[in-house]
Amino acid sequence: MPDAKFLKPDTLALHAGQHPDPATGARAVPIYQSTSFVFRDVDHAASLFNLEVGGHIYSRISNPTVAVFEERVAALEEGTGALATSSGQAALHIGIATLMGAGGHIVASTSLYGGTRDMLALTLPRFGIETSFVDPRDHAGFRAAIRPSTQLVLGETVGNPGGEVLDIPAIAAIAHEAGLPLMIDNTFASPVLCRPLTLGADIVFHSATKFIGGHGIAVGGVLVEAGRFDWAASGKFPTLTEPYAGYHGIDFADEFGPHAFIMRARAEGVRDFGCCMAPQTAFYLLQGLETLPLRMARHVENARKVLAFLRGNPAVERIASPELPEHPDHALAQRLLPKGAGSIFSFDIRGGREAGRQFIERLKLFSHLANVGDAKSLVIHPATTTHAQLDAAALKAAGIGEGMIRLSIGLEDPEDILEDLGQALRASQKG
Amino acid sequence: MELTVDGATVHATTGGREVDPARPAVVFLHGAGFDRTVWRLQTRWFAHHGRSVLAVDLPGHGRSQGAALTSIEAMADWTIRLLDAAGLRQAALVGHSMGALIALEATARHPDRVRALGLCGVGLAMPVHREMLESAKAGTLKVEELMTFWGIGAALHKGGMVSPGLWLRRESLAVLRGNRPGTIHTDLAACNAYSAAETRAAEVRCPTALVLGDGDLMTPAAQGKKLAAAISGAQAAVLPACGHFMMVERPDETLAALRSHV
Repeated sequence: MPDAKFLKPDTLALHAGQHPDPATGARAVPIYQSTSFVFRDVDHAASLFNLEVGGHIYSRISNPTVAVFEERVAALEEGTGALATSSGQAALHIGIATLMGAGGHIVASTSLYGGTRDMLALTLPRFGIETSFVDPRDHAGFRAAIRPSTQLVLGETVGNPGGEVLDIPAIAAIAHEAGLPLMIDNTFASPVLCRPLTLGADIVFHSATKFIGGHGIAVGGVLVEAGRFDWAASGKFPTLTEPYAGYHGIDFADEFGPHAFIMRARAEGVRDFGCCMAPQTAFYLLQGLETLPLRMARHVENARKVLAFLRGNPAVERIASPELPEHPDHALAQRLLPKGAGSIFSFDIRGGREAGRQFIERLKLFSHLANVGDAKSLVIHPATTTHAQLDAAALKAAGIGEGMIRLSIGLEDPEDILEDLGQALRASQKG
Repeated sequence: MELTVDGATVHATTGGREVDPARPAVVFLHGAGFDRTVWRLQTRWFAHHGRSVLAVDLPGHGRSQGAALTSIEAMADWTIRLLDAAGLRQAALVGHSMGALIALEATARHPDRVRALGLCGVGLAMPVHREMLESAKAGTLKVEELMTFWGIGAALHKGGMVSPGLWLRRESLAVLRGNRPGTIHTDLAACNAYSAAETRAAEVRCPTALVLGDGDLMTPAAQGKKLAAAISGAQAAVLPACGHFMMVERPDETLAALRSHV
């Protein structure tokens, strides 16, 4: 019997979720710029509203262009399904809101995007959801932080800006022992470098604005479900295992099994909170997905050249990248991210905050802005921007020095990148 | 809902509505290694269109207790005991693949208990490739990959699910990998050993619809048509661009083929 020859990830990045448009023959994914979709008859309308048949009702809930993006990301992440959202933060919020309400508790890594930390530490407590933060390398700490009210363990594949790598298999095992799902922000790795769902995670989310889109032109997010977590056996997730009046008493885990989480996230999450992805955004992000494997390879290749350059530069005090042998998570990164740990990393410049300011001001090719994962090389000073809300103690806990510079290495010719970095570093040391 | 059959707890989805014995009942039977959730759309549609629905996890599958049954005949008799447990005098039986063989056998054995028959992804015989059986027996992942790869129709290998955002390959693998040890082999061996389809087909007297996929490589449509020809008055719908998982690959067409019969 011939072996199973599934389409490979590079092929899925181009094809998953789409066939040439049956009406027009269009090869590219058409932008279905329509808020709503005509019902065949009254019964079809009622059946769509009651989740008895598949299809589209209204673009806040689903849209044909967005659905291609969702299915393609699900394929690349090896999930059973995906839900696109208006941003990565929206994906995080819908992920949490689908699992819990007031009284819920999250155990999260300290190594998180600043916006994620804000949501967990400052915003969600107003809605009755508390979070305990644990050093991502403190596995015992994760176990100890779990309470009876805990409903989620959360972390990032590669943390920001210290480059901490989460031991996803180990943390997943701890979460599962407690009957909890593990949700991973895989933005910095992309599904090309790491697929957390294959390592034990149960839910993945992305800021698709970053590497997935790749060109800095569209803000979007996406949630993906592994389809393995036994919500009923856990007994901690009434949103997924008890009748929901919003759809005639539906029990999502009972009826939708491996799609329970993503179906509730769509049927309630984007329906009620409204943070849907626009079809034109999905079109932009699909263009990014098509070249994601090629771009990630070049991002990693360029980043490695930059790391080698910075390592030998006297203006550089310390580099935080798991690509380097001196990083505490280097061996873990080699195991979980064998193709490379991405192209976003940080370094401490000799001379602290003032040298950092000089460096950023003198860069010509790099763009100083609040984004990462663009085709163009980017730079930012976390202490005054992305993590500005953290006090000195929290900055230290997150591994962020006042002179830390974060780079997102793009796809330019590496010689031009190194030239720009070299001249800016020299200028930064002239006082 | 939970029922008790042969002293073991059996789980069934009712599509969001309580089972009412006063309404015509439909029992959905899944295929080898799968569970009730393959019928998620049909379950809800029929439950909200005047039927009482039980999409059941067969013994040893999904949330049902007990060991997987070892023959199609045993599964057929078990299905009738399930009707007893649910207080259903009669039901339409709708089966997929192994579930279709169970439905066929149950109808022939207990014609007074089955009011209509829906057979999806089925053939006159259902031989299982030796490699698939060996892999299932050894408990390797290969059988799950083979069942998924050969089960999904050519078109759906690229996706394009009617239900937005769902990815069928991983759904199939996730459900298959959730099985208890030995279950898939027991199911496949039961399908492989069953040779009574043609004989039983001749005994069916109730309204029967067959739903076949033109790209089904597990149970080719030609085999399904032969089975349809052996059942008096049966109607066969061959769905275009469809593999073995018609309930999720082509749910609208599957529903259209079933709704007037069951």
